[in-house]
Amino acid sequence: MVKKNFWVWILVILALVSFPLIIQAEFLTFLLTEVLIMALFAMSFNLLLGYTGLLSFGHAGFFGLGAYTLTLLVTKANLSVLPSFLLALLIPLPFALVIGYFCIQRLRVYFALLSLAFGQIIFSIIFKWYDFTGGDNGIYGVPRPSIFGFALNSTISYYYFTLPLVLLSTAFLYFVVRSPLGMMLRAIRENPDRAEFLAIHVKKYQLAAFLISAFFAAEAGALFALYQGYSVPGFAHVNKTVEAMVMTILGGTFSFIGPFVGAAIVTALDKVLTTYTQYWMFVLGVVLLFLALYLPGGVVGLVQKLRIIIQSKKVESLK
Amino acid sequence: MNALLNCLMSPSCLAGQLITGLTYAIFLFLIASGLSIIFGVLNIVNFAHGSLYMLGAYFAYTFTTLFISPETYWLAFIIVPFGVAGFGAFMQHFFLRPISQRYPKLAERELFHILATYGFTLLLDDLVKMVWGARFFSATLPSSLAAKVFWMGKTFPIYYFFVLGIGVVSAMVLWFWLNRTNFGRVVRAAVSNTEIVASLGVNVSTLYTKVFALGAWLGGLGGVLALPIRSASPEMGGDILFESFIVVVVGGLGSIWGALISAVMIGILRSFGILAIPSLEMVFAFVLMAIVLILRPRGILGKIW
Repeated sequence: MVKKNFWVWILVILALVSFPLIIQAEFLTFLLTEVLIMALFAMSFNLLLGYTGLLSFGHAGFFGLGAYTLTLLVTKANLSVLPSFLLALLIPLPFALVIGYFCIQRLRVYFALLSLAFGQIIFSIIFKWYDFTGGDNGIYGVPRPSIFGFALNSTISYYYFTLPLVLLSTAFLYFVVRSPLGMMLRAIRENPDRAEFLAIHVKKYQLAAFLISAFFAAEAGALFALYQGYSVPGFAHVNKTVEAMVMTILGGTFSFIGPFVGAAIVTALDKVLTTYTQYWMFVLGVVLLFLALYLPGGVVGLVQKLRIIIQSKKVESLK
Repeated sequence: MNALLNCLMSPSCLAGQLITGLTYAIFLFLIASGLSIIFGVLNIVNFAHGSLYMLGAYFAYTFTTLFISPETYWLAFIIVPFGVAGFGAFMQHFFLRPISQRYPKLAERELFHILATYGFTLLLDDLVKMVWGARFFSATLPSSLAAKVFWMGKTFPIYYFFVLGIGVVSAMVLWFWLNRTNFGRVVRAAVSNTEIVASLGVNVSTLYTKVFALGAWLGGLGGVLALPIRSASPEMGGDILFESFIVVVVGGLGSIWGALISAVMIGILRSFGILAIPSLEMVFAFVLMAIVLILRPRGILGKIW
């Protein structure tokens, strides 16, 4: 089983690396870059939702912090892109530490509401602070990064800037999930009280998960700001969190790769549907209702279920 | 900051800010009390509650334009909250109840309830755009409410006082209903132990639908009242929802009086805070919430009924 998964991973990575070379459609490469970035954001969200059992409703706050840190450093402090990118990963961390500390004092619904409130604080500060963040106009004119003097301003070169970063982050998240820390988090998700009785310092682990998750959300935000070339307050709005939530649950909450699948489906759906209708939120709402009622395991859950059914049919036919 | 000091010195400005703050507090209270009751009894955080408020405002708008006379606002005032309550019952019966039945684990149930109610928010906000268009709507008041009152050196439409009155009356009726009637006793019993209430022969699932409808009714009433002052727009629900959450959390989840007190606090804080630092009107409420949660995690009056 492990070996089979390993080969699947290798195949997926090879496909991703060779995609722009084989399929010479710039638009698709452009879309795939967005899929990668949103997948990273959704996976960071799922580290909390799927593996720790915390619904972080203000998660887009960190996405926005990452995007705005990078944008402000580049446009206002005239720092070059790469050091700004690194700082955009680090500067949100102290914020995440404080916000996370307060949020994990409460569980379940209360956690969701608290994180929502903090996320909306970040959003409304960005939205209203015209002198610093440009308010609801956002900040435009973020240049693409350049490495060793080569500007990565074509779609394909930016794809190859994003891909290794996302793959490395994914590998790190995979490592976290499989590590003893990941086991602890799942134990806490299943039963926080029992975990506490086993002398697991529940809050410490939850805070660690919160920090890791915020770090990757900020990375996704910074990548997205570079990708779009601008930052707008909408990056930090709760609807951005909901996008990650839909991707995660549509893909499959309890699988590692679920959010990736969800990000691909939602991004494709978004691009296709917005050419037909302006009511994208309506479609998203219907999808959410459908998921809550009929497909809690998401697409990955459905595939697994089908596989089990097919296997049991095979067993029966052998009898 | 000077604007705030100047205003505190002048009685007419003081009265103006006070009345604006208090009427806003009433809208917050009507939404927050509905949220609070639904959370207290059904354990559902209804993210669609802002949209129910919005529906109330749009229904009321359609009602007042159906007939020429602005007096039909009274008709809307009576009928529309029941329409919204009906929609709430529909939501609960066909969407939220099946979710409760499907997911026995509390954590999962909470997650999928949030998901479904947020789905309704997205759906309703766009639906309103499809039906009414993305414009602002307002209503003309009936002559009896359009009159002006002179108070503290400033004139106010009598409508503001009407809203304040409705708010206070609805708080009292709600309290009386929950504490002194049979329905209220059953509801409170269901809050403390649903299983025993069910085993005593109460049909819990109809009770839940009724409670959800009651919460939706309050939200719809808020929407009808808000239409002439704050006008209807597709964003109105989302804007007020987050502040209502703060009201509920500050007041204590499940507490009516707590919701009233914290709604008034936030309404006043907002109307005076906007004078002090205009760009950060929303942040005051969030800061208040953070302080309350640190000092009193259950809210000012957590679980009193």
